[in-house]
Amino acid sequence: MTRTFKEQIIKRVFFLFACVSVLILGLIVAFLFREGLPIFGIVSVREFLFGHEWYPTFDPPSFGIWPLIVGSFIVTFFATLIAVPLGVLSAIYISEIAPPAIKEIAKPVIELLAGLPSVVLGFFGMVVLAPWLQDTFDLPTGLNIVNASIMLALMAIPTISSISEDALYSVPREFKEASYALGATTSETILRVIVPSALSGISTAVILGMARAIGETMVVLMVAGGAAAVPESLFDSVRPMPASIAAEMGEAPFRSDHYHALFATGIVLFFLTLAFNLVADYISHKFKEVGSGTL
Amino acid sequence: MEDKVIIRTKNVNFFYGGFKALTDISMDFQSRHVTALIGPSGCGKSTLLRLLNRMNDLIDGTRVEGQVLFEGVDIYDPKVDPVDIRRRIGMVFQKPNPFPKSIFNNITYGPKLAGMTRRSDLEELTEWSLKQAVLWDEVKDILGQSAMMLSGGQQQRLCIARALAMKPDVLLMDEPTSALDPISTAKIEELIQDLKKQYTIIIVTHNMQQAARVSDKTGFFYLGKLIEYDETETIFTRPHVRQTEDYITGRFG
Repeated sequence: MTRTFKEQIIKRVFFLFACVSVLILGLIVAFLFREGLPIFGIVSVREFLFGHEWYPTFDPPSFGIWPLIVGSFIVTFFATLIAVPLGVLSAIYISEIAPPAIKEIAKPVIELLAGLPSVVLGFFGMVVLAPWLQDTFDLPTGLNIVNASIMLALMAIPTISSISEDALYSVPREFKEASYALGATTSETILRVIVPSALSGISTAVILGMARAIGETMVVLMVAGGAAAVPESLFDSVRPMPASIAAEMGEAPFRSDHYHALFATGIVLFFLTLAFNLVADYISHKFKEVGSGTL
Repeated sequence: MEDKVIIRTKNVNFFYGGFKALTDISMDFQSRHVTALIGPSGCGKSTLLRLLNRMNDLIDGTRVEGQVLFEGVDIYDPKVDPVDIRRRIGMVFQKPNPFPKSIFNNITYGPKLAGMTRRSDLEELTEWSLKQAVLWDEVKDILGQSAMMLSGGQQQRLCIARALAMKPDVLLMDEPTSALDPISTAKIEELIQDLKKQYTIIIVTHNMQQAARVSDKTGFFYLGKLIEYDETETIFTRPHVRQTEDYITGRFG
């Protein structure tokens, strides 16, 4: 066997492996559409997306996922509100302020949080946070928006923190030195030079953290309470889209309307996460030219 | 006034962790003179330069022994705030490092932090510093544009203007032309000649012709020691130490 022939074979083999994941993704998407689209023969896209009533097992059933969409967005929004300051500030601390000894502990601990199985977090929300919320605020249930948002925030923090930290770390040392040499303090340098230079990476981190929160299933299934109604208060229960799919798929008869409606909900979710990823991609490319002096 | 000493180092030793980078450096830097520091890579000349405005503080695990007196005050005294030192001792780096901000915001970065807020003052200062760095005519119409759009030579002059905007007493230059083409280099050298009328300049360079062209005094470093320090003319025509002669004639280094 000649050397070039070997090279060719190796190249082909790697190409095949690379194709596998792309192919699988394509097949999943095709399957998702095949199983989801038939629902639009029964309800219009408008009714499906903006209908206020999700009663898939009633007779006649109604397939309006608006309460589920609202549920998803509201927990994602509040989770982001909690996770962004915590994630970004801890990234700034770890990358710019922490002495090496603390850095070496804090960084892996935060990354470990990402490795925590979501069912464990959900369990914690159910058994610890929910009773506490119920007692403290005198609520009918502790499984609600607040609980779900806090748990989702815990899941999003490691994503936001580690991607932000990479972005901060890759700010050229020259910028920091220039700032210090002009008589800036550490906090001025962080605030005026380092964070602005890393802003595109930090934005990407935030959006990927949000994508993680909106797609997360187990936590919201366990702690969001599961009420398919548009919430009126922060202590109301909601039923985000992934929770609805996971909870009902086992009950829905194969290729029934309910089954198709759940797949269509999956399509909506797919487009949402796709949109988040595209925005993240766009932001990270748009500000990419921020580099050190080019000659 | 001519021979006033502005910075004096006394028996300075410097350590990166366990590595001794500078040994027993005692040196006087004269006000409104250009002093060049030369020597092979790793000889400690950049380390010494960064010691003079406490930039080495930013590196973990470094230690200084001895005294660095700036106008008679030891800048390593615990009572001294490095921020004050760096406002009075400016620095220009090897690689042009403008911030990814507009030209105007690059110049006014330091002065704003120092408390200058009036727009008209800032504009005046921008014009003044850019003129000092002989860049004004090239950029006066594009002050709002990103500094990243300038050429390498322009960026480096912008960095000089940015340092000058702080109205420092001393300007430290760490191989300021090593990343530039010959034309830009010539411009910067010309600029150094102009600036020494008002500022004390200490320049590290690998380029011996440059040291000979721009400096009044030259110090030759080797393995963390100051081998010879004298008038530039003396160093380049009749050095007293064999190592200096070998280095400047290209026999090693």
